[in-house]
Amino acid sequence: MLNTYSFPEFEYVQSAEQKTGEVLRHTVVIVGAGPMGLTAALDFAARGLKVVLLDDNNTVSVGSRAVCYAKRPLEIWDRLGVAQPMLEKGIKWQFGRVFLRDQEVYNFNLLPEDGHKIPAFINLQQYYLEEYLVDACEQNDLIDLRWKHKVVSLQSYDDHVELAVETPDGIFRLQTDWLVACDGANSDVRKMVGAKFTGHFFQDQFLIADIVMKADFPTERWFWFDPEFHRGQSALLHKQSDDVWRLDFQLGWDSDPEEEKRPENIIPRVKAMLGEDVEFELEWGSVYQFACRRIDRFRYGRVLFAGDSAHQVSPFGARGANTGVQDVDNLGWKLAAVVRGEAPVALIDTYHSERAFAADDNLLNSTRSTDFITPKNAASMRYRNAVLNLSKTQEFARPLVNSGRLSTPTPYTESTLNTPDTDIWKGSMRPGTCVADAPIRVDGKSDWLLNQFGEGFALLVFGLEPTPVEAGVFTPTTVVVGQHFDDIEGLAAKRFDATEGAVYLIRPDQHVAARWRTFDRDRIMAAISQATGGQSQ
Amino acid sequence: MSLTLTPNIEDPDGFYEMLTEAQRDMSAEEADDMNARLVLILANQIGQASLLREAVELAL
Repeated sequence: MLNTYSFPEFEYVQSAEQKTGEVLRHTVVIVGAGPMGLTAALDFAARGLKVVLLDDNNTVSVGSRAVCYAKRPLEIWDRLGVAQPMLEKGIKWQFGRVFLRDQEVYNFNLLPEDGHKIPAFINLQQYYLEEYLVDACEQNDLIDLRWKHKVVSLQSYDDHVELAVETPDGIFRLQTDWLVACDGANSDVRKMVGAKFTGHFFQDQFLIADIVMKADFPTERWFWFDPEFHRGQSALLHKQSDDVWRLDFQLGWDSDPEEEKRPENIIPRVKAMLGEDVEFELEWGSVYQFACRRIDRFRYGRVLFAGDSAHQVSPFGARGANTGVQDVDNLGWKLAAVVRGEAPVALIDTYHSERAFAADDNLLNSTRSTDFITPKNAASMRYRNAVLNLSKTQEFARPLVNSGRLSTPTPYTESTLNTPDTDIWKGSMRPGTCVADAPIRVDGKSDWLLNQFGEGFALLVFGLEPTPVEAGVFTPTTVVVGQHFDDIEGLAAKRFDATEGAVYLIRPDQHVAARWRTFDRDRIMAAISQATGGQSQ
Repeated sequence: MSLTLTPNIEDPDGFYEMLTEAQRDMSAEEADDMNARLVLILANQIGQASLLREAVELAL
């Protein structure tokens, strides 16, 4: 198995501190060099923090695992300068079909609006994604990436955490002001701090297989309920790079995962799906079960949780990795401000309130999809089948078909960092919302709105020359539409419902903090203070 | 608007007959499947979330 990708083996290096036995105090240590840990390292380093990143292994993800990456995480990776290889290697798609038995009952087009730099979705094997992130980390002098470093114990103090770390050279101790746990759904760090991780466990199992085939299936997401080739269950087909296709078969609770994952048992299932005469090679197979659950608090003193260590969802909707990257996006600027003493520690607590709110939204969507795909009892099954049967001929039933609602950013509508609107606005750019992109022209060259905001706060001003706003370390980058760049298609003005003089205060994670129809320095200062935990200026 | 709980069905006896006649030759399973479809069709006619919630609670 596995012949389109050869796994890199990263070199273990004994650290100087382990060699000398000196216990060093670091600023930030991240546990787990998966997509979240690697992204966190890049984000924190982009904000000037020195980072130590520990991983207990020395290669990238085995098997393709996470496959679908949504627009928002790709925008975050673009801000960090790592999106280009992902977009080049990834498969862009926007169309999905849902079948009942062998009849199409529903299809959807993610209809990416024109005028965004980043597409709605790409499919890319997780190992490629991690490889690109590792490359970027290794080129960054602020990131100390250490392979074969396993955290074996943890002691929390008021102002730091002490870790015991095991390497091929034995166990050594280190201290850190902040620890960020990106060590996945089975997080050891979470167990070490004794956090609760509760929710629903689903009594079902799924077989995933990656196959290599040169087929002229379209680049679409195909989902079957009760297909002829796999009666009574569901199945999924999705394309990845290198002619690798992801297949997913629902197995039910009584299947034996060890038996199911054997190639001689996978291959007949694939043939039943694709036809006897389709040539393919099996690359990787795995059986998974899943739960929808979340940690009670994203912050335990000086320990912070991000990604699957904080929340686990079903795969339907691609809400795992995609929401994890947004955790990191939310945390980075807050942690950097607190580490530098620019904002109160209370700012970090808004990481919990905002991202727990988003996690709950993801869990709700993910649980609903799973309940549709894996009905809980005979009555739910009856309704599920009624929806599918009606949807063959009746348009009204089609919105009820739920084979996964795809990941979109959750607006932080309830956040204490927002300054509530006092003016009347149309459209979706209300405080707490991730800002929309738009095509622009800078100095005669095509560019994108999202690339104009920099790493800190930004003021997006429409049309009028503003007076400067001085807010110390939080002084915003001011960008004036019509002066610093041209809104060539008028899409920025349209998406932000802008009139002459309208002002948006945008957070370092590109979310709207506040907006006004007119420029008022004092109100802007107050909103910056509000968005940074109340102690800036 | 809240759920109509005063008599509103035109020709009540005729409606009841039509409903039971439709299921006269069905197995319990087939009738249950039809009822599920019927609930969805009627729910779409109502549409409004608060009314649907009220109806579900009334039926509990």
